[in-house]
Amino acid sequence: MSPELINLIIQATGESLFMVSTAALVATSLGLPLGIFLATSRKGELFAAPSVNAILGVVVNATRSTPFIILVVAIIPFTRLVAGTSIGSGAAIVPLTVAATPFIARLVEAAIREVDGGLIETASSFGATPLQIVFKVLIPEALPGLVLALTLAVVSLLGYSAMVGAVGGGGLGDLGIRYGYQRFMPEMMLAVVVVLIALVQTVQTVGDHLARRLNRRLRHR
Amino acid sequence: MNAHPSIAEPIRPAEPALPEGLIAEPMVRFERLSKTYPAYRDKPAVEALKDVDFAIARGAITGVIGRSGAGKSSLVRLINGLEKPTTGRVIVDGRDISALRGQPLRLAQRSIGMIFQHFNLLSSRTAADNIALPLEVAGWSKADIRTRVAELLELVDIADKHDRYPSELSGGQKQRIGIARALATRPNVLLSDEATSALDPQTTRAILDLLANINRELGVTIILITHEMSVVRQLAKEVVVIDDGRVVERGHVADIFTHPKHATTQTFLAEVLGDAVPVSLASRLVQQPAPLGQAVIRVQVRGSHAGDTLVARLARELSVDVALLAARIDEIGGQPVGSLILGVPGGEAAARQTLAYLSQHQFAAERLGYVS
Repeated sequence: MSPELINLIIQATGESLFMVSTAALVATSLGLPLGIFLATSRKGELFAAPSVNAILGVVVNATRSTPFIILVVAIIPFTRLVAGTSIGSGAAIVPLTVAATPFIARLVEAAIREVDGGLIETASSFGATPLQIVFKVLIPEALPGLVLALTLAVVSLLGYSAMVGAVGGGGLGDLGIRYGYQRFMPEMMLAVVVVLIALVQTVQTVGDHLARRLNRRLRHR
Repeated sequence: MNAHPSIAEPIRPAEPALPEGLIAEPMVRFERLSKTYPAYRDKPAVEALKDVDFAIARGAITGVIGRSGAGKSSLVRLINGLEKPTTGRVIVDGRDISALRGQPLRLAQRSIGMIFQHFNLLSSRTAADNIALPLEVAGWSKADIRTRVAELLELVDIADKHDRYPSELSGGQKQRIGIARALATRPNVLLSDEATSALDPQTTRAILDLLANINRELGVTIILITHEMSVVRQLAKEVVVIDDGRVVERGHVADIFTHPKHATTQTFLAEVLGDAVPVSLASRLVQQPAPLGQAVIRVQVRGSHAGDTLVARLARELSVDVALLAARIDEIGGQPVGSLILGVPGGEAAARQTLAYLSQHQFAAERLGYVS
């Protein structure tokens, strides 16, 4: 493989990492509170607001059931509003974030709901405020689950990022389509796939390791 | 504190600090309280507590006993303000906790500690950090928390488990942390919601010993919610029997369990004492008198020492060679409670004579059958 092609791969990997990490960061900062709210706002719960919970649930489901490639195109006006343009890696972060936020929210909701309700009751019994319960009980207890959720989200984002080539987003997926498929360069396709596998493997391994270290329930000295 | 009371040493709850006759303000007072959970989806409304009206003495250990679903859990959740009564009030330490909301309620909750059946410890925190949680919530400084946690670990005798996570501890150790956490903010009341139900008998005994010590040394009022008669018997001075959302009996443990009136109380008592008939005897029992056989009579012993010499008195006064076939006597609130199984030879006449003697001397007795 020529040095030019290797440079292309390195550049595309950088673009992918940039898109994915930025989108993951923004989506987490939105999805985490959203997920915690979804997990604690049903009838009788900590932040009980059943109607808000129901509305947010519908919005989250609607976003999640829209195929990503359609979402990318459908929100182009919004992308232009936020990023100033609808083309390029920077612009691609917008649809990636929009798709990942509800995904993360649902994963966070599931992880938070795993926390034993008795702990919430215990903390309430000694006068903890709802926010203290979130920060001192729910998040620390759900942490291993939250780490696994974020790992899954990042892996999914790597997959999604391959599709944003459709709006000139660049990255590994785009490289694979344009060089590997359209110019019929099987070695390029192979290289893209190998890099993607390596990235996914790394993210998953780091995430699993971190979750295991955090999980005191499984740790015995 | 004597952290390792010997297993054999009897537990005695603290005597009230006030002299007899002087009535202190009770620690908890339920005033015409009822609690109804409204119908939800396909579940009908549940009347968990009905017209509950009684007080729990300050500084004492009070047992609240009832079957599951009797309303015990609702009662305990009403005491610490986790739930609001449908009608009536709950006064805790002179304050109407049912009227408090928000921050005043949270402040009041700091003076009410609670321990749970499943311990409810945070798996992500060490023993010390679990105990520190209510102090963090109350806004204590780091230095104060460290001192207080060390004190508490010492109090519950697990100072060496400071850095351990709950997954590394036994049930008894976890409950000790639960107790330390409940006492962290120096509460006046400690609510125990089936705190020993998940523990083995020996560990239960040790935890009950610890609670008795805490009551005695710190003067903390303890309210024991339980479905186990043995827990009440070992620890409580006063008992409240709850059935189907109502208080059916209450008073001194010794009085209630030596003279149980309500059917629920009687079944609880029978659970502890059994019917005292050994299996080998039960299998030989027949309902027809056998020639040369014995009539089998069960005598209830309820809170008097008259049972001690009964066999000898029967033999002497009736000239019957009464055999003691089996006996089960336990001590409840310092009073003997149980039953004797007597074998009376000499046919129907001797049996009738014995039963007449027993009823004349205020013993409840019944003929179970005959053995050859």
